[in-house]
This record gives sequence, structure tokens and C-alpha cells, in this order.
Amino acid sequence: MTDVAIRAVELGKIYRLGERQPYRTLRDAVAAAATPARLRCRSRARRVTPDAPASSDRDWIWALRDLSFELSEGEALGIIGRNGAGKSTLLKILSQITEPTTGEAVIVGRVGALLEVGTGFHPELTGRENIALNGAILGMRRKEIERRFDEIVTFAGVERFIDTPVKRYSSGMHARLAFAVAAHHEPDILIVDEVLAVGDTEFQKRCMGKMGQAARSGRTVLFVSHNMAAIESLCSRALWLDGGRCVADGAPAKVISDYLATSLSALNDRLWAQPDLAPGNERVRLRRVRVRPEQGAPEDPILVTTPFLIEIEYWNMRAGAHLNLSLHVYNEQGVIVFNAVPTEETLWRGRPFPRGLFRDSCHVPAHLLNDGVHRIELLVVEDAARVIHRTDDILVFDVRDDGEGRSGWYGRWPGAVRPRLAWETECLVTSDAVAQDDG
Amino acid sequence: MDQTTTARRTTTVRPTSGWVAVRPRELWDYRELFYFLTWRDVKVRYKQTAFGAAWAVLQPFMTMVAFSLFFGSLAGISSGGVPYPVFAFAALVPWTFFATSVALAGNSLVEHERMLTKVYFPRLIVPAAAVLSCLVDFAIAFLVLLGMMLVYGITPSTAILALPFFVVLAAVTALAVAVWLSALNVLYRDVRYTIPFLVQFWLFVSPVAYPSSLVPESWRMVYGLNPMAGVIEGFRWALLGESDPPGPMLAVSVLVVAALLAGGLLFFRRMERSFADVV
Repeated sequence: MTDVAIRAVELGKIYRLGERQPYRTLRDAVAAAATPARLRCRSRARRVTPDAPASSDRDWIWALRDLSFELSEGEALGIIGRNGAGKSTLLKILSQITEPTTGEAVIVGRVGALLEVGTGFHPELTGRENIALNGAILGMRRKEIERRFDEIVTFAGVERFIDTPVKRYSSGMHARLAFAVAAHHEPDILIVDEVLAVGDTEFQKRCMGKMGQAARSGRTVLFVSHNMAAIESLCSRALWLDGGRCVADGAPAKVISDYLATSLSALNDRLWAQPDLAPGNERVRLRRVRVRPEQGAPEDPILVTTPFLIEIEYWNMRAGAHLNLSLHVYNEQGVIVFNAVPTEETLWRGRPFPRGLFRDSCHVPAHLLNDGVHRIELLVVEDAARVIHRTDDILVFDVRDDGEGRSGWYGRWPGAVRPRLAWETECLVTSDAVAQDDG
Repeated sequence: MDQTTTARRTTTVRPTSGWVAVRPRELWDYRELFYFLTWRDVKVRYKQTAFGAAWAVLQPFMTMVAFSLFFGSLAGISSGGVPYPVFAFAALVPWTFFATSVALAGNSLVEHERMLTKVYFPRLIVPAAAVLSCLVDFAIAFLVLLGMMLVYGITPSTAILALPFFVVLAAVTALAVAVWLSALNVLYRDVRYTIPFLVQFWLFVSPVAYPSSLVPESWRMVYGLNPMAGVIEGFRWALLGESDPPGPMLAVSVLVVAALLAGGLLFFRRMERSFADVV
């Protein structure tokens, strides 16, 4: 059981900013070639050594830097960190999708990566055919697929439609089938990115169940998630990444609490001056998001007793779109505390939006959220049904406990919400009176 | 739980630089994926089309009709004793296979973008499967060619035994070109627009509508630098058996294909490591 499953030594990955742009054209290359200095810079950087790009070179970004760790067989490692910390890059390197720029990793056993379910699903093929194809893409042997075929179909609950092209499936059936194939893949090392967990709650539960099963049955698991509760319960160890480097590595409870305590306060006000760098797409693009108290200075702390605002400013790029925002507020445990959408009274609700800049403000009353770090996931919905943009952790803010209402007790206040509910205490009868009656 | 407890494979992930060789063992390990991708391409190609697999025949057949009319009858191009329609169709069958393979495989990596960024497998499988899947269309068109030969009363000689070699040569030629184009396409989407033009241009410089004997004897070797010249003349010789075997010209074609493929594989492997980051 103590055999090494993964040994990573000083793994590093550098990206050129903009390298992930849709594509380059020959014309760009010709233009670059006409500028000898730039060309030289590029060709050198193809073989980067750890100290090659000077720190002043802003074109380069280390997605992962000098990361070393060892994972024993049967360990379940949870990887945490904010967006852009290098978590997904690490998984991509370990699953051989992309090469590291520096360092190396030795991997013992077959790796199965669930970075996204349904990869390679073809709408024209039937459920049966897609199971075979998708299984092969994930790296399952044909025998393995055949052996588990019935299980997969039952798990997905699509028995009746197994010979129907998946383009006729409902989106729910499609997702269930895709997940079922992925879940029945049993590699030596299972790599899971949280994307697996998007979908409805029922779906997330199943996913978690399968993950737990894999971890308990002694499979080596690498799990990236923002769901701290899941990491804490499923993983035997946690790795915290920030800026591509390892910040902490150890028992999940300790690493998670350190992570939550130190890393998150900076994300309560974000402004994107350059639209092309802001989250969004060709339909909608964010400009500014922030959390601020209803009264007082915007940078004042938010207490349990403070009513506060969640403000989202965004550009609508298409005239006539029917948009609404949806905010998912998560607590430290990864539980959705609430989901807020515009109410009937909201001015622009149900009206076509002209092109332009909009601001939505969501008023959160005092005595609603419990203390702790909260994260907001933003969804932009069109026609009340279609999610056209989604950003995790668009805002991260801390709700602080000012000690009010605690009556001298300083333990952890349990619960996802902390309402101040109307409460009466009446003295119906005193025991002195009872004693007197008896006497 | 696996009954087949095979020895655990150890993989080392490290930066590679410069030229790297093709790893045949790894390709062999992924043969099932190769099979499934080919099978999918075949299955999906004519879904929801009215004519279905007839498309595989229709395209070369209509071209043959047009060629027979304009080049055969009106321009009076010599077809060396063979009826012109058969002469043209015997070339159009391998040509169509080559042209569709190059078009499909050349765009294959870009079209499988999601797979490239989500799952690991030897990327070479993608263009190779695309080429292989076109062989099914080829087989259908080939049956029609045999039917035409029957109609025109042409019985092949023993030279037909050499035909499998020319089929393989056509497939390898397509693969060699596709390996270059598909890898370049990941970097430069210009390739997508280049392919139709390239294929059209290539048709004119290949002996499809005319025999290669139109090219002066002394230039025949140079003409062989176009590997499709060797393939097409090979087809005509093996099936129709009128002309002499395409000797030195074929040898040149084979050498060109070998060089093109070797270079293409090296180039592909060199680019492969950055596919997921760039595509």
C-alpha cells in the first residue's frame, strides 16, 4: 500500500499570455518573423529553463511552478486554491494532456482523467454506440466496457432509449449517460476536476458517491474542487496551490482552514478596466462586481449585523436580449446558502435589454448569513432558461461575527444561516408559587 | 477488481524538446480507440442524408461524366485504347479517396479540439482514423468501377494482383499529406482554407483527366514527384492493363511519399506537445 503512485519533481508550466487565443494565422507568423528580436524571444522560450523569462517579461505566466509532491497508492489527494492557482494545469500535466515546461512526474499505473464528462459524444450515434465510443476515449478496454455495459445503462436510467440517437435525449438524460460512462471507468489513478460536479444536486450527489467509493476502495484519487466539505470528507490529504506554487500540504482539515482563513478577502471588489480581459463572452461581459455595506464606506467590514449589497455591472452586447442574473451564494462548506434572482418588481425584468451597461444590485439583509467566508457564483441567464455565462468565485467575501447576540458564548455558531428570529420567553409560573400551592 | 492484473505501467511526464520519434507501442496500446474513431467517422458520415452511401459514388461518377464529355469527346484526349469513361473513373476512384481523406483528416485535429484538451491519447490516431474511414467510401466506389469494367467488357490481367499495393500507396500518400496539414491547422487556421484549393490544384497536376503519357518521356520522372501520379497510373495499369507498368515514375512517387510521411511524422510529433495549449 505504500508504493508510490505519483512522484512529481519541480513541475512547472509556463504559458505565454494569449497563447490560448483562438488561433494564429500565417500572417501573424510572417509579421513576427519580420521582427527578428521578437522571433528570437519566442524560439528561446519554447525551451524555457526555470529562470529564462525575466520577471519583467509580462507576456509570460507560470501556471505552475516548482511543484514537488509524492502520492502513495491508495491516497486521495484534494487540491484546493482559487481560480488560476494552477489546479487544472496540474491535472492536465498528470493526465498527459499537456507537457510540463520544467520538472518531471513519474506515474505508476493507468490514469483516468475525468476533466469533463461526455467528451467525444456524438449526437448522431445511439446511446449504445456512444457508450462504446466514450469508453474508448476515456481509455477503457473494450472488454471492460462490455462487462460494465448493463451497469452503465441502469445507472444512467436510459434503458428504453439505449438504441435512440443521443440527439433525441433530453439534456438530463444526456448528462446522466455521460456521467455513467465516466463513473464506471476504473483506472489505477483517478483524476477528477470539479466540472464533473456541475449539474443538478442529485447528480452531484451521485458523483460524490462514486468518488467516495473509489477513495474507500483504495484507488488513488486526485480531486480538484471548491467544495471544501467534499474534500474534507473524501480526501486523506489536501494540497493548497496559489500562484502555481504549493502553499500547504497535509491533513485536509488543517489545510482547508488555513486556506479559508488567509486567502480570500481580496476578492470583494473587482473592476475590469479592459473589457477583453473581463469574464464574459460575445453576448455579455462583466465590468465590475463588488460587495459593500448598505451604509458607510464600501471598504467597511461586513458583519453579521450589516445589511449589504452585491453589485454586478455588466455590458449587454446584443440588443433585445432578455437577461437576468442569478447569484449562488456558497458558504465555506460548499453549501449553497441561497440563490437570488431579480424579483417581479425589478425594473428590467422581462423587458428586452438594449445594448449597454447595466448594474444589478442585490440587497442582502442583516442577520441572514452566518459568519465565515462566502463565495458567489454568477450565472447570466437568457430567456429565463438558458445559462449564457457562468463564473465561479466571482466574489469572495467574509462575513464577520461582531459578538452581538452571542450572550457571552464564543463557540462556532452552527448553521448555514444565522437569522435573528422573533422569540418570546414568558414566565408561566414560578416554582415558588408551585411550592406555595402545594403547601 | 480487474481479473487481468497486468503489470502497472510506469509513465514519466517530462518536457521534451526538439524532434521526438513516433512511439509505435503506444499507438498499438490505443488501437481500440483508433478502431472506434474510424468506426464513428464511417457511421456518422451519411447520417440524415437522403442519398446515404450513394454519395460515395455520386461524386466521382458525375465527375467522370463531365470529364468524358469535355475531355474525352470534345477535347479528344487520348485514353490509350481504353474507353474514356473507364479510363477516367479508374483514376477518379483513388483520386476521390485521396481528396476526401486529405480534406477530412486535415481538419480532424481542429474538429476534435474538445478531445485534445480533455483526454490524452496519441494524437496521430485522429488523422489516421479519418483517412482509414474514407476507405469505406473507396470500397463502394470501387465496386461501381468493377461494374463499369464489366459493362465495357474489360477483363483485368494478373496485374490486378498489384492493386492492393496501390491502394496502400494511396492511403499512405493521403496520410502523409494529412499529417502535415492537420498539425499545421492547429497552429494556423489558414490551412482550413488552403485545403480545398490545394486539392483542386492537385487534381489538375495529376493524370486524372489525361494520361501521364501526355507528359514528355524525359519529364516523366519529374512528374513522379507528384505521388498521386504514381498511384493513379498504378491503378490504371493494374486494372485496365493497357499501358506498360509505371516503372521509374512509380519509384519516384514511392520515395516522395516515404520522405513526406517520415517528415510529416516528425513534424507532427514535434508539434503534438503543444496541441492542447494552442488548439
